Amino acid sequence: MTEFQRFSRIPAVLLAVLGLVLMLAASPLAAQEATDPVASEQEGAAPDAVMEETQQGAVVDEPAVETAPAELTIDQKVDQVFASSTGWFVALIFAPLPFTSFPWIVLWLVTGATIFTVYFRFIQFRAFGHAISLVRGDYSDPNDAGEVSHFQALATALSGTVGLGNIAGVAVAVGIGGPGATFWMIIAGLMGMASKFTECTLGVKYRNEYEDGTVSGGPMYYMVKGFRDRGFGGGGIMAVVFSIFCIGGSFGGGNMFQANQAHAQLVNITGGESSFLNGNGWITGLLLATIVFLVIVGGIKSIANVTEKIVPFMGVLYVGTALLIIAINYHQIGWAFGQIFAGAFTGLGVAGGLVGALIQGFKRAAFSNEAGVGSAAIAHSAVRTKEPVTEGVVSLLEPFIDTVVICTMTALVITISGVQQIDPETGLFILNDAGMIATAGDVQGVQLTSAAFATGLSWFPYVLAIAVLLFAFSTMISWSYYGLKAWTYLFGEGKTKELIFKLIFCFFVVVGAAAQLGAVIDFSDAMIFAMAVVNIIALYCLLPIVRREVNSYFDRLRSGEIRKFGVHAAAE
Amino acid sequence: MTRILVGLDGSAPGERALAHGKMLARLIGDCELILVYVIEWSPYEFHTPQELAERHMRREQELDQAHAHVLEPARKATEAEGFKVETVVRHGDPVAILEELAVSRGAAQIVVGRTGHRGMRERLFGGVSGRLIASASVPVTIIPETGAVQ
Repeated sequence: MTEFQRFSRIPAVLLAVLGLVLMLAASPLAAQEATDPVASEQEGAAPDAVMEETQQGAVVDEPAVETAPAELTIDQKVDQVFASSTGWFVALIFAPLPFTSFPWIVLWLVTGATIFTVYFRFIQFRAFGHAISLVRGDYSDPNDAGEVSHFQALATALSGTVGLGNIAGVAVAVGIGGPGATFWMIIAGLMGMASKFTECTLGVKYRNEYEDGTVSGGPMYYMVKGFRDRGFGGGGIMAVVFSIFCIGGSFGGGNMFQANQAHAQLVNITGGESSFLNGNGWITGLLLATIVFLVIVGGIKSIANVTEKIVPFMGVLYVGTALLIIAINYHQIGWAFGQIFAGAFTGLGVAGGLVGALIQGFKRAAFSNEAGVGSAAIAHSAVRTKEPVTEGVVSLLEPFIDTVVICTMTALVITISGVQQIDPETGLFILNDAGMIATAGDVQGVQLTSAAFATGLSWFPYVLAIAVLLFAFSTMISWSYYGLKAWTYLFGEGKTKELIFKLIFCFFVVVGAAAQLGAVIDFSDAMIFAMAVVNIIALYCLLPIVRREVNSYFDRLRSGEIRKFGVHAAAE
Repeated sequence: MTRILVGLDGSAPGERALAHGKMLARLIGDCELILVYVIEWSPYEFHTPQELAERHMRREQELDQAHAHVLEPARKATEAEGFKVETVVRHGDPVAILEELAVSRGAAQIVVGRTGHRGMRERLFGGVSGRLIASASVPVTIIPETGAVQ
């Protein structure tokens, strides 16, 4: 990067920050909308679990609030001020389309995914086999041993997306939309593969490779360099706006939300309301923040390595257990798929019918696999490859594993377990007062998943709690990196600058676990989806560049110019 | 010309393997010693995004250090004694790489030192020397940790 580019970015940063401040300042409206259920549900918050948790969690040192209900705690004040200044932004991002409850941002993501699918002529199906071949290392030059492999880039990116969305989020979707939501979730997941393909190809093509051998990649780089290649203006400003959203998202959905839910899970397995952790979120927060600090500041690789080894194991264990429960109830499999297809087109009595199931399914897929958000483009940029398309092809497996496999397993287990109550007369679901499908014990969110698994294996909730904790931790580590890349893009690279970001990040871990700052979390969730608004516009603008890469790569693959490396070709 | 692969790892067992290799080379006469240093690495390990971003830099550092601290000193010392020497450094599984090099360079045998490590992994899967014996396609000499070498 030349000095000129660095300087020319500064006014853009100022402009964008100024704009954001102005927007926040001039926004008295819609304070209450910040706690809109649409938003707080994102990433699979079991909304009820969050609520329960934090009323006590809000105050640590002042238990005397009950006598003076009118007096607000510090947390509540912060929450209120924040809600009144940012609520409009949250409301805007999650605003429903006219006359529906369908958030426009979900339509935005699904439309993008559909356009990419058609534009690249169903690349997710055509290149699926090639993707697996690439991950296995068939096309990796043995002389590159020791560099980042396709498998590693995929695994690391996956550990950032597999998380609460797959466990709790799907339960929310099936809880409201019924089994039919599963069908639409799978469709949206399959479409999302094309979005990932597009953004990750660009991420590798336009990454920065520095002289010391490190790399930085992501949407901000393809916005600037890609737009320049196409002769478009505005790339710099888009990159700055994207980076601001990305930093916000990394503090919120990628951090506070995760810490908050990890704490909720810990309270649940240590005795619920009687747990010593109940109301003491700062303990969980400090503990988590210390571990995160050790990994991202202290560079203690062993902790990260252990987590990175356990997370995939947990993922496999989760899918394996789900398959086991499905196998135990094998006589129900046909019925469950019947429910999924019938529900997809009739709704089977859920709130909103067919459309209700569709909204829930699309929403869950979009929120879970982050396709189109741009985060994956940062994660996949480190791979060692001469061909950007190869990493794009590998990355399309990500929504497949995340949504089509893991999310579907959750949905199948919930459906097959029969925890959702059906009226035997009509065959339709019974709804509770909140408009959700009634269940035994009226559980929702992560507890619904837990209850469904417990019908097959009574001890599984404990494993699930550990899985949620680890998923939350690995998601935090990933997002700390995404946020850092956006941060260094804005402020430049440098030890001190990076340390400042990392310390702020650790601070928010404690805040997220200790306080119930619903509005803050809503805002940062909105930030993650705001990333998708900027990112998908950029992807549309850069499509011809990706097409050129794709055509060139697959032509050379067909002609035999790009070949597999033989097992023993390594020697010479 | 006969070629002998010698596994080095910067430790005393590696030194003992080299000493044995030199003895063999002296007896054979027209013989080249190929000194191999393997940096243990698997394409299926998991890393954080930060580590991935720095991976290329770390790899270069690992290669430089392997040359600077292990292979170059060994080459200089061995060449000074009048032997023909080639050095190789690779990332990967030591057993697979030694075997692959033995085949591709037409080596007559592989000489490695036995290390004292008996961790869980070695107990379960066998150490490098054990696995090498089981899979190598050329004769393998294992040098024990103690006892006379020559």
